[in-house]
Amino acid sequence: MSALEGPIETPIVRIVDVHKSFGTVEVLKGVTLAVTKGEAVCIIGPSGSGKSTLLRCINGLIAVDRGEVYVGPHAVHTLRTDSEMVALRKDVSIVFQQYNLFPHKTALQNLMMAPVQVLKQPAAEVEERAYALLKKVRLAGKEHSYPGELSGGQQQRVAIARALAMRPSVMLFDEVTAALDPETVKEVLLTIRQLVEEGMTLILVTHEMAFAREIANHVYFTDAGVIVEDGPPAQLFGNPQRERTREFLRQIL
Amino acid sequence: MNDSRFAVLLPLRLPAPIGDRSSGGVLFSAQVGMILIAVLATSLAMAQAQGAAKPGVIDLLIKWTPLLAKGFFFNLLISVCAMALGTAAGVLLGMARISLLGPVRSGSWLVVQFFRNAPWLVLLFFVMFLLPFEFRIGTTVVPFPDWIKVTLGLALPIMANIAEIVRGAVQSIPTGQWEAARSLAFSRSETLWKIILPQCIKRMLPPWMNWYAILTMATPLASLVGVAEVMTVTGRITSAEGRTDLLIPIYSYVLVWFFLYCYPIAAWTRRLEARYAER
Repeated sequence: MSALEGPIETPIVRIVDVHKSFGTVEVLKGVTLAVTKGEAVCIIGPSGSGKSTLLRCINGLIAVDRGEVYVGPHAVHTLRTDSEMVALRKDVSIVFQQYNLFPHKTALQNLMMAPVQVLKQPAAEVEERAYALLKKVRLAGKEHSYPGELSGGQQQRVAIARALAMRPSVMLFDEVTAALDPETVKEVLLTIRQLVEEGMTLILVTHEMAFAREIANHVYFTDAGVIVEDGPPAQLFGNPQRERTREFLRQIL
Repeated sequence: MNDSRFAVLLPLRLPAPIGDRSSGGVLFSAQVGMILIAVLATSLAMAQAQGAAKPGVIDLLIKWTPLLAKGFFFNLLISVCAMALGTAAGVLLGMARISLLGPVRSGSWLVVQFFRNAPWLVLLFFVMFLLPFEFRIGTTVVPFPDWIKVTLGLALPIMANIAEIVRGAVQSIPTGQWEAARSLAFSRSETLWKIILPQCIKRMLPPWMNWYAILTMATPLASLVGVAEVMTVTGRITSAEGRTDLLIPIYSYVLVWFFLYCYPIAAWTRRLEARYAER
């Protein structure tokens, strides 16, 4: 089922001994992980353990100090120019905790901007795709609403659709339900589950343990900038090997 | 001589700090405007009553109104041109203030600080003497009239202040917007021009309009360097007529013109600020 048991495949995302400091604070202290195509990987761990930083290293928002990051054909740690970054970001999309929709653009425009203006795809084709994606995240009819007119859950689904509009091969989710009220969390998780079922490669930083257990192929537990333990969800949640993992799960469950 | 003495008494409002949302200034100027109109009315009544033999002050004001209007139009022309120029240059200078290149940042900081803290009149004289009255491109001689020099001189402090408005507005946009745009493969400059700046316009509009009003009120400074704007014209009229009873009415008259032009801008600015504050 997971990458460890299946036939040996080249991972689509590979992170090797990544280090990152902000000033004197070392946030990542040698993180190594690999994600195979079609896998859903969850990263769990206490706040400040470097999870969000790790995600931002994958799409080049944060440059690593040391180590290697590979996404498909891109060696992210070596990218310097804007055009190299554009090529990377066509393949990797990210959804943020605070949605970060463009408030001066409608839902539809939020989806269409990057494919049309950056990727130079024909507007008619992108528009058709944008309508389909908004329908897919159950927001048909909200195409011309501005973010300010939508609820948190709706905004987050627009953000997911916007990320999908780039037709990425990897999706990153950074605590996408953390800012939502419990009722709207469900509708966002439903959308993510749909993506998992379609075989999208996902890396999720999440606090939704039940959800992680349900959808993940592999779960990483991080603390203080290192991966403490990883394994299939049944093992990591059901029979954690490390004391730190057990302690974290006791507190959170 | 009269010119310069009165010019010093112009209602040149000190640059208000950016983001000053107090509505007191607007109310205050509304009251001042009412008082002005009252002064104009009473002085007119008194002058009209006294001078029975000579032509009445009202008649004189009416007679000179077309010329005054021409002068006032010059003030507006200078203000619009200086604002357009100052805004265009200010946006670019504001971009330089947030550049990733250290030398560009510190260089533009120096330019901004220099022109924000320079007295406008000194700048005007400086520009007048710095620039030639004409210049040559090949064999053609392009004249460089004084009013264009004045426009350039007034555009400089506007540029510096607009740059600060732009910088402040850009930095007030949450970093999440940058992250989202970069993640969607927008380059830094595309992010700035297509995502960040459009969101800044709303925040920049009220202080921008405030600076336009301040600039308009500063245009009579041009009279001190010999441009035929409304103050210069007024001075010529009073010396031509040689009537002391005309002085207060005619300057009140000019003040009322400025008030009628600038007050609506101030009121509109206040309304925009209030509306944006609600959201």
